[in-house]
Parts: sequence; C-alpha cells; structure tokens
Amino acid sequence: MVLESEESCPSIKNILLLDSEGKRVAVKYYSDDWPTNSAKEAYEKSVFTKTQKINGRTEAEITMFENNVVVYKFVQDLHFFVTGGEDENELILATVLQGFFDAVGLLLRGNVDKKEALENLDLILLCLDEIVDAGIILETDANVIVGKVASHSLDAGASLSEQTISQALATAREHLTRSLLK
Amino acid sequence: MAQLVKKDDDRDEEGVHYLVCYLIAKACWSYSTAEYSPFLGIEKGAVLQEARVFNDPQLDSRRCSQVITKLLYLLNQGETFTKIEATEVFFAVTKLFQSRDIGLRRMVYLMIKELSPSADEVIIVTSSLMKDMNSKTDMYRANAIRVLCRITDGTLLTQIERYLKQAIVDKNPVVASAALVSGIHLLQTNPEIVKRWSNEVQEAVQSRAALVQFHALALLHQIRQNDRLAVSKLVTSLTRGTVRSPLAQCLLIRYTSQVIRESGVNNQSGDRPFYDYLEGCLRHKAEMVIFEAARAITELSGVTSRELTPAITVLQLFLSSSKPVLRFAAVRTLNKVAMTHPMAVTNCNIDMESLISDQNRSIATLAITTLLKTGNESSVDRLMKQITNFMSDIADEFKIVVVEAIRSLCLKFPLKYRSLMNFLSNILREEGGFEYKKAIVDSIVILISDIPDAKESGLLHLCEFIEDCEFTYLSTQILHFLGIEGPKTSDPSKYIRYIYNRVILENATVRASAVSTLAKFGAMVDSLKPRIFILLRRCLFDSDDEVRDRATLYLSTLGGDGSVVETDKDVKEFLFGSLDVPLVNLETSLKNYVSVHAEIQEPSEEPFDINSVPKEVKSQPLAEKKAPGKKPTGLSAPPTGPTSTVDAYEKLLSNIPEFSSFGKLFKSSVPVELTEAETEYAVNAVKHIFDSHVVFQYNCTNTIPEILLENVSVVVDASEAADFSELASKPLRSLPYDSPGQTFVAFEKPEGVPAVGKFSNMLRFISKEVDPSTGEAEEDGVEDEYQLEDLEVVSADYVLKVGVSNFKNAWESMGPDCERVDEYGLGPRESLAEAVSAVINLLGLQPCEGTEAVPSNSRSHTCLLSGVFIGNVKVLVRLSFGIDGPKEVAMKLAVRSEDESVSDAIHEIVACG
Repeated sequence: MVLESEESCPSIKNILLLDSEGKRVAVKYYSDDWPTNSAKEAYEKSVFTKTQKINGRTEAEITMFENNVVVYKFVQDLHFFVTGGEDENELILATVLQGFFDAVGLLLRGNVDKKEALENLDLILLCLDEIVDAGIILETDANVIVGKVASHSLDAGASLSEQTISQALATAREHLTRSLLK
Repeated sequence: MAQLVKKDDDRDEEGVHYLVCYLIAKACWSYSTAEYSPFLGIEKGAVLQEARVFNDPQLDSRRCSQVITKLLYLLNQGETFTKIEATEVFFAVTKLFQSRDIGLRRMVYLMIKELSPSADEVIIVTSSLMKDMNSKTDMYRANAIRVLCRITDGTLLTQIERYLKQAIVDKNPVVASAALVSGIHLLQTNPEIVKRWSNEVQEAVQSRAALVQFHALALLHQIRQNDRLAVSKLVTSLTRGTVRSPLAQCLLIRYTSQVIRESGVNNQSGDRPFYDYLEGCLRHKAEMVIFEAARAITELSGVTSRELTPAITVLQLFLSSSKPVLRFAAVRTLNKVAMTHPMAVTNCNIDMESLISDQNRSIATLAITTLLKTGNESSVDRLMKQITNFMSDIADEFKIVVVEAIRSLCLKFPLKYRSLMNFLSNILREEGGFEYKKAIVDSIVILISDIPDAKESGLLHLCEFIEDCEFTYLSTQILHFLGIEGPKTSDPSKYIRYIYNRVILENATVRASAVSTLAKFGAMVDSLKPRIFILLRRCLFDSDDEVRDRATLYLSTLGGDGSVVETDKDVKEFLFGSLDVPLVNLETSLKNYVSVHAEIQEPSEEPFDINSVPKEVKSQPLAEKKAPGKKPTGLSAPPTGPTSTVDAYEKLLSNIPEFSSFGKLFKSSVPVELTEAETEYAVNAVKHIFDSHVVFQYNCTNTIPEILLENVSVVVDASEAADFSELASKPLRSLPYDSPGQTFVAFEKPEGVPAVGKFSNMLRFISKEVDPSTGEAEEDGVEDEYQLEDLEVVSADYVLKVGVSNFKNAWESMGPDCERVDEYGLGPRESLAEAVSAVINLLGLQPCEGTEAVPSNSRSHTCLLSGVFIGNVKVLVRLSFGIDGPKEVAMKLAVRSEDESVSDAIHEIVACG
C-alpha cells in the first residue's frame, strides 16, 4: 500500500550532464539504485555508450534498459540525460529533461558547450537543485528555473533601509528562536 | 627572439631559440588536446587549503563562491571527504552566513546539503537557517526550508513545525512548494508530525499556483493513503473541480485508477465509476495528461473493448508524432495491450509497420514485437520480409526479443512454419553472439518438437549451422538433438555426412558428441549399421581419450566388433534413456564412492550402483531462479539444484546400525521447527521417509551455557497416527551448550502406503549444572522433560520433486488411463501468483518449464508439475487457475500417473489442504 502510493508520485532517479566522451560535467542521483560511485560511473558509461549511435540533437530521444527509462538530448559536446523507473510516464521524464535543457541554454546565454558549462558550474548545480528535490519534481518551466537560479544577480536589490529593517527583524526573530531552542 | 637572447654565440642563440619554440609549441599543443577546463589539475588538498578564505574577517563573496564551486565539483566527480575534512569544511562554511550575498548564500545551502552534517553539527546552523526561514527574501525562505528539512531530525522538527505550516500556505508559490515537498520527504520519517498539517495542505490544494497544487495533492494523498474513503472523496471532488498543472492532473489520474481498482465494477449496468473522467482527460491539452489517461484506461482490470477504443485511438495518433518520446510511450503501451487484447491493437498495424524503420531502434523493436503479437496469418510473409531488413542493424539484445516473438508467432500459426523457419535459418547464418545464436537454435528446436512438418527442414538448418559454428556448447547440443530426432526421419543417411564432418574438423568435445550421435544412428537404423561401424572404427585412432573410449564402447555395445548382434532394448535404453538422476546428486555420490575407497586404500570389490543415487531435485535458491515470465528454452538442461543435503542425510542414517536395514532413503523433509525461537532448547525435526519406515531426526541445540544435557531422547506419542508403530529410538549421550546434536526415533508403517498421522513429542533428558569457571559438569543431574510442538506426516512427504524436460510428451505418453480430474475453489487469495505457489508448496512437486512463474496481471494460469510418488510411481499434474474480480481463485487439478490410487492420493492432498 505504502509502496504503491509512493510509486504513484512521479519520481526522477537521476539527472546526468556528461561530455562528449561520457565524462561527468554535473550529475545528481536521487535513487539508491546506484549506491557507490563506481556503480554510478558504470551506469553513466552504459547510458553513454547505448545512446551514442542515435542523433539526439533535434528531438529528445528515449531508450530503456536495466528496468529504467532514459530520455536524452544532446547539444554540442554536452549530453543531457534524465532517468526514471520503468513504469514512469515517459512524457513526464521528457518534460523534466526539456526543462533542464532549456534552463541550461538560458543560463549559458546560448553558448551551450562543455567549456562554458564548467565555467558556470555553480549555475548548473543550482539549476539542478531547482528542478528536482530528492526525486520529486520541483519545477519544469525553464524560465522559472532560470529566474530562481539567477535571482542572485539582483542581490543588491534590497535597499539599504530595507536591509536594516530586515536585519533588525532578523535579530529580533533570532532572539525569539534562540529562546525557543533554549 | 633576439631580444630574449643577448648572447653573441650563434650556436647558443640557436639552441635557446629552439628551446623557446619547443616550449611554445608544447604549450599550444597541450592547450588544444587536453581541452581547457577551469578545474584542470584540481586537487582536493589544495582546495581544502583554499577553503580557509571562509574564515577571513573581510569575506570576499566572489572568491568564496568559487571555492564552494570547486568543492562541489570534487564531490560531483566522486571524490570523498574524510569525516575530519567534512567537519572542517562544514564549520568553515557556516561562517559564510555572515555574508549578505544571495548568490553565496545559495552556494552555502547547496554545500550544507551535500555534506549532510551529523546531528551535533546541525545545531550549529539551525539558528542561521531558522533566521533565513523567516527572512523577507522569498529565495531565502524557500531554500532554508528545504535545507533545514533535509538535515533535521524529529526533535528539531517540532520546533520549526509552526513555521512550516505557515510556509505551506505562503503566498509565494516557491516557498509553499518547498514546504510541501519537504513534507513529502518528512512523512517517511516523522509521519505523526506531518499528518497534523492536513488543514494547511488541504488549503494548498486549492492554490492557484500550478505546482503548489501538484505538491499539495501528492502530500495530501500520502497523508490519507490508508483511509480509502478519504482518498475516494478527494478524487471525487477534484475530478469535478479544476486542476491546473498537468503534473497534478497526472497524479489525479493515478489516484483515480487506484480508487477504481479498489471499488471494482459492482453495478449491473457495467459502467465503471470515474471512467468518464479518464476519457475526458484524453482530450486534455497536455500530452503527458493524455498519455497518462490512455495508459490508465489500458491498465483497468477487465477492461472492455468499448472502454479501450478511445485510448487506443489517441495512442495511435501518437505513433505518427514527430517526437520519439511520444512514439516510444505509445508503442510501449500498445505492446502491453497486445498481450491481452491483440484484436484491439490491430487497427494500429499500418502505423506500427512504418515504425519498423524508425531511427530509434527501441521504438522499432517494440513495434515489431507488437506486430508479431497482433499479426494474422496472411500478414506473416510481408512482416518477415520487413523484419529481415531490420535485423541487420539492431543490437543482439533486441534481436533476441524478436526471435522469441517469432517463435511464439510460429506456434500460433503452424501453417506458416516455412517462412518463419527460413527466417530463423537465415539469421542463424549471420553474425551474432552466443546468447543470440542460442535463442535461435532453441527456437528451431521448439518448432521441430511442436510442428512435425517442420522437422526435416529444421534439422537440415541445424546441420548446416554446425558446419560453421564457433560455439562448442551449441554444436554438442545440436549433435545430441540430432541423434534423437535424425534416425526417425525418412532418410537418416543424409545427416551422417554432417555428423562425421564434426569428427574430422572439430575439437575433442564436439568430436566425442559426434561419436555418440553416430552410435545412435547405428542403433536405430539397421541399414546404416555397417557404414556406421566403419566410421566408428576410424574414431578408434583419435588423439583424444574420450573420443576413443566412446567409439570402443559403442562398437562393442552395437556389436561392431564382429559378433552379430541385433540391437536390443537394453542397448537402446543405454543410448537413449535419459539419466534419471540429477547430475549433481550423481556427482556427490561418485565422490563419496571414490573417497571411501581412497581411505582404505584398496580398490573396491563392489561396483558403483547408480540406483543408490538419490533422485530428488533440491529446490533452487531464489537467486538462481530464472527471471519470472521468461520461458525456459529448448536445449537448456532441466534445472539441477546445488549439492543437496540428501547425501548428507543418507550418509548419516546409513551409519546407524538400527536403520541400516530400512533400504533406500526415499525422501527427507525440510527441518520443521518444534520450538519457538529463543527458547532454552531449540529443536527441529527432519522426516526421513523409507519404503516401509519413517525416521524422525530431532536436531537439538542447548542454548544455556550453565547446563549440560545428557541422555537426551524424544518420547513420541503416536496415538493419533494409527498406521505407525515405534520401532527404535536412538538417544543422544550428551548435549553441551551450543553444539547441536541429533536423536532419532524410527517407526514402521505399511509398505508403499502414504500413511499420514500426527505425533506429539516430549524432550526427555538429564540436566547437569556446569561450573562456569572450570567448565566441568556436576556429578548429579536432574531428570527433566520439555514439551515440543507436534509433528505431522502428510501426503506431500511421500512425493519427490523430479522434473521432466518435455512435459507435453511425458503427459501424452502417460495416457489418460489413470487420470483423475476435479475442480476446487480456493476462496479469496491475495493474488493469482500467491495461490499458485501455495498449491505448489502443498503438493511438494517440481514445477516444470518455468510454469511456476505467473505473469503479473494475468487472470488465468496453467502450471505443470511432476514428481515421483513413494513406490517409484511417476506423477504428472496439470493445474489450471482462474481468478475472479474479488480475488476468488478456482482451480482445476488434472493428475496422471501410472497408478490410479496415486492419482487419488494427490487429489487427497489438495482436498485435505
């Protein structure tokens, strides 16, 4: 019963961003299916080799192996993958992939390649963090994702007066919470 | 260059010049090949050093962000931090909460999540995170909630619960989603706390923000999942209302299916509740919702073709989509539908055929296997033509799937065997790995066995294959098969050439099999005998022992050494009879035989007796079982178990003089526990069944260190087992702490009769205290008793698990003379699979041909069992199961055996169970 309803919420097993040789640029695993780093690397290797023959550059492609469904899309020397369980709705996985793919494109201002991705790795990692939280889909709209990731460029947005007020408020709250915590 | 080098010496200048050029060239080269990366040459130690900037009084937030990125990069590449390193980084990172830079704060959040700090470390950041949770900046609030909930434990949770409840209904959707998603995770660890939030969650379900609604719905359903009525109400109200996000709509479809599944179709009109909702979703604008609904409809239990039609129609549209993902999803779903409702899918055949040439080979393979399931007799030829082009460019794993589909198609349309057999022989000639080739050969063998017309052409295809076969295993298997089937054909002589070629061309293993096959032809076809003898005599000069030995043996058994002999029944039995003992058992028995004589260092007077080998197949451990649903294939050997405990028991019992006259051990049961776990004395019993005796072996363990038991025996009361009379008892002299020992009781029973009965047991012993310091027992002991559980001898104890390799043949050759058929209702069961395995366990027979595996979702199932009943009577059982809506299982049991009383006895087992 519990298992069944856990399954009934769409879940993502991993999101991978690999380079043209199958090496990691950024990866995030949300499932215990691959408990060790070597298991993860082995999975990445087989995903990469199995999808090499197909040209996933125009439309997102899809394959199935080891009881998982993998959707993927390539651009330049970057390979994007999203993995879900075999019973997962393929189109949900594809939506997550598209969200990730487009968000990275926006964040890298159209220069989507490995070099640019590594130079902006912080943005890529934040982007992953905003798409999926421990397997549950947070957001799939690329513009919203980018909005959340890039919000720090507006970090000076808070005006001085606002800052002081919020600071004062924060200290007040801190006192409050400290007393709560004892 | 001249500016660089101020020397006058020409040679020197030239040397330096070269050096500089070389260095420049090298730098350029390494730049272009080892492509540029900001993390080139990154090293953990150095980065950890860099992390000291976190402690600077004047924080450089840009620099700090870069260092965190480097740390995250290392972790992402699989680098690990030691406990000390992680702690140091963690504490340094907590300093960064001083900075007001949002970007840096985000990186700090990420870093904390990656480090997953321990409970005592969590306390350090709690107050900072709680401050952020109440910040005015939405980004802070949302992220602080996610971080805090990730690292928190139950005690802290009660302190922040109030804020989380507020956050759930926060007007900022990002904050609300963060709290809801965290709630979903926390429900696993702290359900009682999260359940208190249902009012807020309920409110969030009504949110106008699409994703908040999605997350709220997921959490609300998980909170209420055990309350059927509440889930049903939730579904009822939402299916009428508005659901904004496609993801939430997908969730609702899943919950609706669940409600449908649990309520069943109980009204007479046959209308299914909520079906209209599912059908309505087929017209949704989001593809993911349409697909989710279509899939849900195809998976409805007992779906009718009227219900299926609209779902199939949208899936058919998806088949011609430009998006591979859509095509894949549709064809995969239709492939599943084709297993249960092939007719419903035939409308899609034209679209499906165009997918055979799909770039994406996964889609193409699914399309082909679907077509093979739905195709009719007239389309087979056309289909095979298309598949031939397709086969050359897919991977072996896909090819195997196709071969298996073709095999079942051929069995469905036996008249089409010619084109299917041709196809198989063609692909057999092409390149391919072992598994693929084996799948093809297995398929041909199955077709030959099932379709008599296909035999001759099939055998010739196999013959051609072994002319150029790189796999020894397949060659020997085919030679063996040829030896059995070849002599029965109209012109056996045409196979001899292929077989004898093996003797000339192949390795020793294959040569030896070829010799055996030749002998089989000689034994069966008298007209070929003289020629076979000539060939066998040539084999006497082979370089390999085994080949020579076999040739000599066969020449003498067939009379090729000059004496005129007609091949008699014994010889045929020797050549063709199957070895009726499991190979592992034979191996252990032979090892025992050899080792016993090796000990006394003299050759045995007594020849090895094959009848002494136990025939029981030990059940295989779960891990070795084949994947469920996978049909066993033609040539694979019948399952043989790992080394059995039977030999160990037999050895043990034969060493006890009182039991040595009982004859051959028929069967030993698995140990039956006679005590609860963790009692003072642990006892389990093994029932050893002989033809006219039964021996109970009580395995006793003394679990008290301070006590020594002596003169241990079991007093058995057989008053509820009228057919049994106690014959002998063998007590155990002493039973020290933690070293198990056995005591035995033997009974006599009527010969060959499956007598049953119940036995009550009392453990009797003298208990002596042991001095813990010296370990010595006291002189005097106390007589004591200990009541054990009852032990029963049931009919299943008289049944041995012995598999047959071809059930159909065995069943037909047994004939219907002693057949007994009856039907039984098994009442409501958990599932069909559970009912099947319960009956298999009850009967104690060996499941054949993998029929113990029940495909999920199937409504009926046939299971084939075989075994040997006491008195060496072969038994075959055919079980047909059917399951009804409310999980009522009915079963038809057909038994064939050589003795009608045995057939009755099998029914008896079920009737009593």
